[in-house]
Amino acid sequence: MSLERSASRIAADISAGRTSAAETLEAHLERIRRLDPRVKAFIKVREEEARRRAREIDERRTRGKKLGLLAGVPVAVKDNLCVKGWETTCASRILEGFHAPYHSAAAERLLAEDAVLVGKTNLDEFAMGSSTENSAFFATANPWDLDRVPGGSSGGSAAAVAAGMVPVALGSDTGGSVRQPAGFCGVVGVKPTYGLVSRYGLVAFASSLDQIGPLTRTVEDAALVLSVIGGHDPRDSTSSPRPMPDFSEALAGDARGLKVGLPKECFAAGADPEVERLVMGSVKALEKLGASLVEVSLPHAKHAISAYYLIAPAEASSNLARYDGVRYGLRASGATTVDEDYAQTRGSGFGPEVKRRIMLGTYALSAGYYDAYYGKAQRARALIKRDFEDAFGKVDVVATPTSPAPAFRFGEKAEPMAMYLSDVFTVTANLAGIPGISVPCGLAMGGGLTQGLPVGLQFLADSFREDLLFRAAAALEKERPFAECPLQAIL
Amino acid sequence: MKISSEVVWKIARLARLGLSRDEAALFESQLSRVLDHVADLSRLDACAEGAGAEGAGAEGAGAEGAGAGPGLSNVVRDDAPAPFSGREDILANAPQREGSYFKVRKIL
Repeated sequence: MSLERSASRIAADISAGRTSAAETLEAHLERIRRLDPRVKAFIKVREEEARRRAREIDERRTRGKKLGLLAGVPVAVKDNLCVKGWETTCASRILEGFHAPYHSAAAERLLAEDAVLVGKTNLDEFAMGSSTENSAFFATANPWDLDRVPGGSSGGSAAAVAAGMVPVALGSDTGGSVRQPAGFCGVVGVKPTYGLVSRYGLVAFASSLDQIGPLTRTVEDAALVLSVIGGHDPRDSTSSPRPMPDFSEALAGDARGLKVGLPKECFAAGADPEVERLVMGSVKALEKLGASLVEVSLPHAKHAISAYYLIAPAEASSNLARYDGVRYGLRASGATTVDEDYAQTRGSGFGPEVKRRIMLGTYALSAGYYDAYYGKAQRARALIKRDFEDAFGKVDVVATPTSPAPAFRFGEKAEPMAMYLSDVFTVTANLAGIPGISVPCGLAMGGGLTQGLPVGLQFLADSFREDLLFRAAAALEKERPFAECPLQAIL
Repeated sequence: MKISSEVVWKIARLARLGLSRDEAALFESQLSRVLDHVADLSRLDACAEGAGAEGAGAEGAGAEGAGAGPGLSNVVRDDAPAPFSGREDILANAPQREGSYFKVRKIL
């Protein structure tokens, strides 16, 4: 059975003819059929197209052609990334019926390395949220506890990987939307350096913060997928011209000499005791392997949530102005003027969280308030960025919990501000433009309500130092193998 | 900071966002709570701490990502037209079209 296999194993086995892409795909489709009615990770599964693609890859191999790095690997894609000809909904009513006229750069690069795209995963509408409850269609469940959220906004992608429906999924991370659901679902999630992965064909949310990243079950797979989707693309003007580094040395996971920074502010912030115990236990394990632990200070991190929840909505209010019912998606009927057309289309097409953020962003940018809100938020952003520059002068990586607590229950964070605060450890990386990874660091114990739920540890590194993230994460993975989601055992 | 219902309706109008009365009332209290939270920023004295907004990264082509990584600078290219093969695919997404045009309400 091919389900326990990682993406790199699957690709190696298919390339060597030990198994076929078709057989691998069927095993994963079978799991989707059995589990997804309960987990609801997918908005749409594209069985027939995936089958055609898998057959085509197998045929190429039998003709003796060399296959790509992701040969026959089933991959799910968050539904804010364009795949040509497929509906791209962003889990919003306003994009109903929109079929992407071109491939996103990320999808194009996966396909160029012979991945098999199996479908589109659920998300908070326009990636705005931390639980996937803001999807206009349905909520996704956490495979570890179906009464809890998978995190968000890439909750569908995280749940699909955790439940073994796919070995790899893509997400997008604007304030933690890859790392937080990875932490909640016990998988690996990477938010790359701003500029490393082209956003061409990613539906824009907050353009100075958005990055695309992989969700996988192993650190090696995360590095493999990142090396495929990363690298310069002239179609995204923020794409870095740097060549993609080779992560193979980092994946040996040698912790000797690695300097791990522990921000005193994070550990004073009152995380769940189980989260703190597991994160501290993990960094102490790294210390035993030869890493050194160094206290660092991020004095302005306390302003991160405020800065983020002004900057991201401000950019969103501008980016989402394009949904006017003219070129694609929903157009409300019944209006008599063009202004009413816009207001009714947007009023009926956007869900509550998207409206809230458009309102907040419009307010923060409006005359008379701009300096007090947007201007101040940009200053905080500059200070947070400088805090990290200082920290990375002393250490290789900074370690924090990914989230203050494990996955919460549906409806538990109905008040928007309570939901926003769950992003406290992740938004800093987006504001500073630096990369971050969430890796599983154990299961909560102690008999509390969160017993048995996975906990994520986040490593942050300086810009373009993903190699250090993979080195620290691989060391931890070797020392403390990641727990498998109990749903994985079901077939 | 408490925002009034008038401000809520004004912002909704600026954003071309149709709201129900219930939504407007809800947003009035929820947005006020968010603005209370972000009030911590008003205590930031940028000059004293020696950091300006410049280079902090912002939306808009000019400053996009300017502060998001070290040594980043603006990227420019010639605005050279190139053929796009998916013209019909784009038009097919239109809520209303006429031939190769998007159909909209008469504005003037």
